Amino acid sequence: MIRVVLPAHLKMLANVSGEVEVDVAGTPSPASVIDALEAHFPMLLGTIRDPVTQQRRRFVRFYACEKDLSLEPIDVTLPEDVQRGREPFFVIGAMAGG
Amino acid sequence: MSGVRVLVGTRKGAFVLRADGTRKNWDVSGPFFGGWEVFHVKGSPVDPNRIYASQSTSWFGQLIQRSDDGGLTWNPVGNQFLYDGVPGTHQWYDGTPHPWEFARVWHLEPSLSDPDTVWAGVEDAALFRSVDGGMNWSELSGLRGHDTGSAWQPGAGGMCLHTIIVSPKDPRRIFVAISSAGAFRSDDEGTTWRPINHGLHSEGLPDEDAEVGHCVHRIALHPSNPDVLYMQKHWDVMRSDNAGDSWSEVSGNLPSDFGFAIDVHAHEPETVYVIPITSDSEHFPPEGKLRVYRSRSGGNEWEPLANGLPQEHCYVDVLRDAMAVDTLDDCGVYFGTTGGQVYGSANSGDSWEPIVRDLPAVLSVEVQTLA
Repeated sequence: MIRVVLPAHLKMLANVSGEVEVDVAGTPSPASVIDALEAHFPMLLGTIRDPVTQQRRRFVRFYACEKDLSLEPIDVTLPEDVQRGREPFFVIGAMAGG
Repeated sequence: MSGVRVLVGTRKGAFVLRADGTRKNWDVSGPFFGGWEVFHVKGSPVDPNRIYASQSTSWFGQLIQRSDDGGLTWNPVGNQFLYDGVPGTHQWYDGTPHPWEFARVWHLEPSLSDPDTVWAGVEDAALFRSVDGGMNWSELSGLRGHDTGSAWQPGAGGMCLHTIIVSPKDPRRIFVAISSAGAFRSDDEGTTWRPINHGLHSEGLPDEDAEVGHCVHRIALHPSNPDVLYMQKHWDVMRSDNAGDSWSEVSGNLPSDFGFAIDVHAHEPETVYVIPITSDSEHFPPEGKLRVYRSRSGGNEWEPLANGLPQEHCYVDVLRDAMAVDTLDDCGVYFGTTGGQVYGSANSGDSWEPIVRDLPAVLSVEVQTLA
């Protein structure tokens, strides 16, 4: 079970509050966590990854265990603390005004 | 009792304004999708409970929301807007080829006959259609694939397809407008297209009478006479009497013929409304006076309508999709501003009252007239 913290806009869209938890088959990565998120919350399809390129949207960041994983390959293995549920995987809306 | 529902898209969410036929007391609900840009909200003419909304942000992309209960509750539907085939390129601002990239949906146009059919005009400019209530979208790629497509360029606001009109008399005929490619018409349900820009004259173009490249801001027509089109171009208010085959200028005595919004009275096909804006660099009303201009002669002769509108220190803009009319006996006219006001007139524009004053910047206004 992977714990995921979504940004406020996506929590509203998914009708959730607080963290969400998703089951991920195999070795967890940002890609597989998002696959699981989209399967569980279909309204999130296309909001974290571009639907055509499947790449992270440019104003979305991925954090875990105080590290920015955004520029890592999207199939990079998540830290063990995230895999074991001790730490959440963060989906972040990049800071910007407006 | 009859009533109206005004659907407002703003920079930070959507709002629904409801009133009975007197249009005096308004119930305001929203924001829906708070914090998201809502470029357009529009209801089905055949099922007023069916409403579509375009919701987007630069962070999380595009969503389409659908309501089946008149805007009380909403559910996201399909948001996959995939260009047909290899997208190819259009011209970028510097004249270099630039790949077509989907950015957002500017305009949603529900079918006049089927609540599950809806067209979407998107940036980068293309036309999509859904026939299943917005769940799945397919591009009508004959438009983007027109011989001129690779030469289209974005305007300052992006290369957006912002106007979609299906002829009430012939559902095979569709008009669209693109900033800044111009106006196009299909006579075969969107399969093939041709530019309809003859008579447009744009000083910003090397060839001022070019076939494409004109920054058309908005087109409107009256359902009883769909061969007569009215256009607010970047500069110039234009009219066509032959479904866009040719255009002539009808700016007449307007204080400025720059503007974005244009619409037609519900019961008087020759009564047209525009909201002049000072210039392409000064996006506010001339002299700081917010005035709608009405022509009862299909253009050229315009009268200012200012009763109830601010006549000093007003420096808001009214965007292209932010004016609409209802179809009650005494036609209602509505528009929203970038200052967050939505004004309504229950007497064809003779007098105005603010319905709300402090919304986020208004991007679009549509009206449903309810039985």
